[in-house]
Amino acid sequence: MSDIALQMDHVYKKFRKGEIFDSLRDLIPALSGRIFRQQEISGNDSREFWALYDVSFEVRRGEAFGIVGHNGAGKSTALKILSRIMKPTKGQMIVNGRLSALIEVTAGFHQDLTGRENIFLNGTILGMSKREIASKLDQIIAFSGLESFIDTPVKRYSSGMYARLGFSVAAHVDPEVLIVDEVLSVGDYVFQQRCMERMRSVINSGTTVLFVSHNLKAVTELCQRAMLLDHGKAVMIGPTDSVVRRYLNDALKPNVEENKALYISAVRVRDRSGEQSKFESGQTAWVDVEVTALQPVESLAIVLWFADETQYIIFDTSTERLGRTPFSLQAGESYRSTFELSLNMAHGTFHVCAAVYRYDVQKEYDRKAPAATVFVGSNMAVRGAVNCFPKIVEAGNIVPDHSYECKV
Amino acid sequence: MKEELQELYKYRELLFMIAYRDIKVRYKQSVMGFMWAILMPIIIVSAGVVVRYAYALSAHKPLDVADIASVAVKSIPWAFLVSSLRFGCNSLILSNKDLVTKIYFPKEIFPLAAVLSSFFDFLVASIALSLFLLGIHVGASAALIWVPLLLMVMIVMIAGVNMVAAAASLFFRDVKYIVEVMLTFGIFFTPVFYDSSMLGDKGKWLMLNPVSPLLEGLSDCVVRHQAPNLVWLAYSCVFAFVVCTGGYIFFKYLEPAFAESI
Repeated sequence: MSDIALQMDHVYKKFRKGEIFDSLRDLIPALSGRIFRQQEISGNDSREFWALYDVSFEVRRGEAFGIVGHNGAGKSTALKILSRIMKPTKGQMIVNGRLSALIEVTAGFHQDLTGRENIFLNGTILGMSKREIASKLDQIIAFSGLESFIDTPVKRYSSGMYARLGFSVAAHVDPEVLIVDEVLSVGDYVFQQRCMERMRSVINSGTTVLFVSHNLKAVTELCQRAMLLDHGKAVMIGPTDSVVRRYLNDALKPNVEENKALYISAVRVRDRSGEQSKFESGQTAWVDVEVTALQPVESLAIVLWFADETQYIIFDTSTERLGRTPFSLQAGESYRSTFELSLNMAHGTFHVCAAVYRYDVQKEYDRKAPAATVFVGSNMAVRGAVNCFPKIVEAGNIVPDHSYECKV
Repeated sequence: MKEELQELYKYRELLFMIAYRDIKVRYKQSVMGFMWAILMPIIIVSAGVVVRYAYALSAHKPLDVADIASVAVKSIPWAFLVSSLRFGCNSLILSNKDLVTKIYFPKEIFPLAAVLSSFFDFLVASIALSLFLLGIHVGASAALIWVPLLLMVMIVMIAGVNMVAAAASLFFRDVKYIVEVMLTFGIFFTPVFYDSSMLGDKGKWLMLNPVSPLLEGLSDCVVRHQAPNLVWLAYSCVFAFVVCTGGYIFFKYLEPAFAESI
């Protein structure tokens, strides 16, 4: 058996932007026109674009491999080619072993059938045999947590229940190679945790996993190696940490618009020795925010906030609220303000975001969200969003004090 | 080709599952379901009886029980053909669009499942038809052994046409209107309401329609208790084989482009 589970070898995929003919009514006149006038229809290259351009990578057996990239970078196309829904325009790909794709887990559902019937239907679509589904039926229902609704037609389900049932079926396929596209974002928090748990155990059991997500935390947690796609090209392949950092840096390139009165020209995160992105929980960090004006503007304040991977704002401050008087700038002038902060977050990835705001007229001039990313590490036994620096100051057996127990 | 057929065999459970789903969904609204299976054939048979009655009047002949039986025996397979093609045309673009673009498996399952689920309706209607034939004392004979073969040839033929129609309507959205027109007027070019013998010598031109020998054959062995015309039956068999093989190759050739063209 070969050591490679998945391989793409110089894969190209070309798409046409507009559909030229999708009815015979249009096609026949066009064809006859071409015959009489000797026109070329294929010469029009501007309609074509490469969704994947010379992409090569390989995933070893038992490895978890991530693909990151902005919307339209070609991630889904790559997955569709690997799962054989589409054929590459050029190039080869190899899949060793039974492959299952969690691309659209509810695609096989039929509205009028009950949850139970849909488990069988969707399971068969995903490649399970009827006997296999029957043997796992109880497990699937239990995983979905929909025991009491399982004989209700799925059209009466909420969208969350719908997606949960879909994932529950898909999670029990037991493939040798699993392709996952953004399905972990379904359901409530508890269900998402259950999905992550399931993904971990799938990976630990030796299944090869190809994982695509915008949830960078999940990618970093689950995958050892990753690939960064940008406009169809594989920009970087390597350890997930560095690929994710590169992706974030690329995404944050300055982007100056002509019509802006001012823009945020730099946001730097430093520790005592210089620019830094890795911090220990509780460490002090300095954040420089630099603003450059293109037109004269007055009474400005700088707003600084931190968001977690889900874009939830965990901290927010501003020069105004910190007691600084608003500043004004002439065209061409720059302004810098440095914030000193102690990073009392628990372990995680956090986005540093900044905006320039004028409080009296409530106008935002520019915003960078995120402007930088910090990774906060902690070796302390804490979980959650913040680090309250817990210590045990006293512990031991006690004699319970019953004096304030309720009397019946 | 061999690999593709093996894969189709591997996914046979899915084929039945999809057909079962279509049947279940159709019969879940039980009124509508039985309307499909019973009411449609009843309407077609009644139309045929009216036409037959008009012929009999203008020819100054009495309307035979056997004639009515023959119309009924031919109408119900025709209704099967119409419903298969109608569902088949939409099988990739309407009912299963998500599955075509999102999940990999042999897509010919959809047009084939459309044939299977329509065949189920046909069986339900056939039970009603058998009772009707018993009621008008048509009787049985050894010639009935031809029925399974005739139906099989018909299924193979419809499956082939369905694969072509389904794939073509994915690329060209007006194909289903063309199919609809052909189905509407096809009944005049097929001996459903009348017999090819009624056209005299020119009847053989009608038999060139590959469905005709099958319908006439069914009428021969069920109503007239005689073997079908073997030459014409062979013609239909060859046609069915060619259209099914050709349709499958055509479908498989286009299949890789489905997901991005839909």
